[in-house]
Amino acid sequence: MAFDLTLLTGSGFWNPFFWLISIVVALILIYIIYAFGEKGYKRGTQQVKPFISGNPEPSKAGVHVRAGNLYWGYMDALKVYYAGLVPIHSGILTDYLLWLFSVAAILFVLVVLL
Amino acid sequence: MITDFLLHHTPALLVAVPLLGAFLTPIIGRISPIVRKIWVMGTMTLTSAIAVLLVYLVYTRGTFVYVFGALTPGLAIPPDSGGIPIRIIFTVDPMGAFMDLIVAVVGFCVILYSLSGDEKRTGLHYFYTLFLLLITSVLGMVSTGDLFNFFVFIEISSLASAGLVAFSVEQGRAVEAGLKYFMISTMGGIFLLFAIGILYGQYNALNIAMIAERMQFTSLDKIALVLMVVALAMKCGAVPLHFWTPDAYSLAPSTITAMLVVVSQASLYGLFRFVFTLYNLTLNYVTIGWVIIILGVLSMVIGVTMAIPQKDVKRLMAYHAVSQTGYMLLGVGVGLAVLGNQAALDTYGFIAIEGGLFHIINHALYKGLLFLTAGAIIYRIGTRDLNKMGGLGHSMKYTMIFFMIGALAIAGIPPFNGFASKLLIYESVYLFNPLLAIIAMVVSILTLASFVKVFHSIFMGPTLPEYSKVREAPPAMLIGMGILAVLIIAFGFFPQLVVDSLVAPAAHALINQGSYISAILGGA
Amino acid sequence: MFWNLPYISVVLLTLIGISIIILKKNLIKIFMGVNILTSAVNLFIIAVGYRDGGIAPIYTNAPSTNMVLPTPQALCLTSIVIGVATTALLLTFAMLLYRTYGTTDVDKIRELRE
Repeated sequence: MAFDLTLLTGSGFWNPFFWLISIVVALILIYIIYAFGEKGYKRGTQQVKPFISGNPEPSKAGVHVRAGNLYWGYMDALKVYYAGLVPIHSGILTDYLLWLFSVAAILFVLVVLL
Repeated sequence: MITDFLLHHTPALLVAVPLLGAFLTPIIGRISPIVRKIWVMGTMTLTSAIAVLLVYLVYTRGTFVYVFGALTPGLAIPPDSGGIPIRIIFTVDPMGAFMDLIVAVVGFCVILYSLSGDEKRTGLHYFYTLFLLLITSVLGMVSTGDLFNFFVFIEISSLASAGLVAFSVEQGRAVEAGLKYFMISTMGGIFLLFAIGILYGQYNALNIAMIAERMQFTSLDKIALVLMVVALAMKCGAVPLHFWTPDAYSLAPSTITAMLVVVSQASLYGLFRFVFTLYNLTLNYVTIGWVIIILGVLSMVIGVTMAIPQKDVKRLMAYHAVSQTGYMLLGVGVGLAVLGNQAALDTYGFIAIEGGLFHIINHALYKGLLFLTAGAIIYRIGTRDLNKMGGLGHSMKYTMIFFMIGALAIAGIPPFNGFASKLLIYESVYLFNPLLAIIAMVVSILTLASFVKVFHSIFMGPTLPEYSKVREAPPAMLIGMGILAVLIIAFGFFPQLVVDSLVAPAAHALINQGSYISAILGGA
Repeated sequence: MFWNLPYISVVLLTLIGISIIILKKNLIKIFMGVNILTSAVNLFIIAVGYRDGGIAPIYTNAPSTNMVLPTPQALCLTSIVIGVATTALLLTFAMLLYRTYGTTDVDKIRELRE
């Protein structure tokens, strides 16, 4: 049965069954590590509260890292690229139509004239 | 009797049923909202059933030719016409049937979801009229064998989807998105009509098979080809003609966005159909192949890099839709670039086309699912801004699981379906040009990075005080999303089954121009 | 030379239409450009279907000269109908935008960008 799952790609193959096995193995490993855990943990008691070196806990909304703060380094590294790319999406309808006509003109030169 | 009727008139019913359903919705909907829901759902179920029946017929018996107004539906060339197919003909070959199946499945799930997802809107009669009209037009686009008929359906789809994009006015922003989408689509429609006029002037025919048989590839045909490629690349949202995509996708109601994905896939079908069936080997396939490959690579890279900094969840996903369209263009473009080289076509070209087509159905499934989960979140919290979201995983567990499935599938993580089609594309494109395959993989990684950001900012973190009363999405929405999620997992676990039974016949039908022509004209 | 006159007008109308669409900033004027372009396409289709000395394809008591294939006229009619629907929807959008944004200048209708 597992053999039918194999996807032939011409130069290789892929079988999701092996992936399934590896997922199961990973889950077993996770369970084993989990089973070594602390037995004395109780939900809903003082134990659950975060301990930040005795400082008061900040509000829940303050802890959450919002989307705008993610990938700051990536954006900073590619600042030049984005400075060129983002203004092209100007939001002006005639610019977009100009793009349509210019692509048509470029293809016209490529396909008909060359 | 009834089965006989069904078996002979399936392609006509495929368009007639949703069209009738669409225009009766405003009348029947007046009775009560419940009746309207049952009517819309019933129409869509019937349409999907007919589409599945048609797909079954096409895959078991071969190309289905249906002639409107003929004595017998199969009579493509009237005896006294001098060998010219003069009527409007629907030609559903496995490629068209493949697209019909996508519309049927995604349309059914979206309508099911829409029953509770859109019930807060006003003017629902007209909403569903346009919705069913959109489904009609897409089914027509992928089934028709007539160029002008294709133009009519593409214009109907532009009209219906522009109306739906602008449906919730939202202080004019949705209208702005609708205007941009519709204005650019109209220009595309004019291009297409010009191309059809040129072809008609040369060959005195509108039937795709007829023109394909007479194709000379003169300079005028080249102009027609350029106009068609530009118009359809615009409709499917390839960079640098993608500017309408994020606007329209983000401002449309989420159900409509999921359907717009299917509409752009149908335009992609039109592009492939014209290039492969209408022109095939007569065109300079290396140039056109590379044009499509470059459009694809630009779409992949610019789409994904524009997606990463977005702050609006649906706008982000819209840029990903652009990026994923690039994969399909890349796969099929590689197949086109080696079309005349039989050895290369056998080694990797055919696999690349298969990968591209398989990605179409996968994309329709997981992108539809992602837009629907975004819709469920917006439905419950009322904002699209990622910066305002957080901690929803505590209350919307099923939505979170569906989102995870969709996000892992779009990023190409095994065992979901996106991986299977991307693997086909990577391995075949690597043999064609290693650099293209590497770009495709990097884009996949960036896609994953971007969805990690979305997943974190929507679902992770502590429950935010403003969302403490948020509940799980209603059952109809969950069922609609669930069907898509199950299909994604099924396609991921049985990729070879899907490729053998659905994708490979479609790819054969696409590159084999002779069988398409002989289905209409006979002989040859 | 005279036979090319319709085609020359098609080219002229196309150029006028495209330049209006690209250069003008008022939505209503852009829509007029779209309509001129649609008329150019319609004229093109009609010109393609013209046969000198042909008659209408009515078979009853028809003289034995060339008949004109009615397809281009049918295409043109359909295209006109689609053009009407298109113009109506575009004008509706312009009206709604004028109500909410207070302008029909495409350079100012750019809430959606990037």
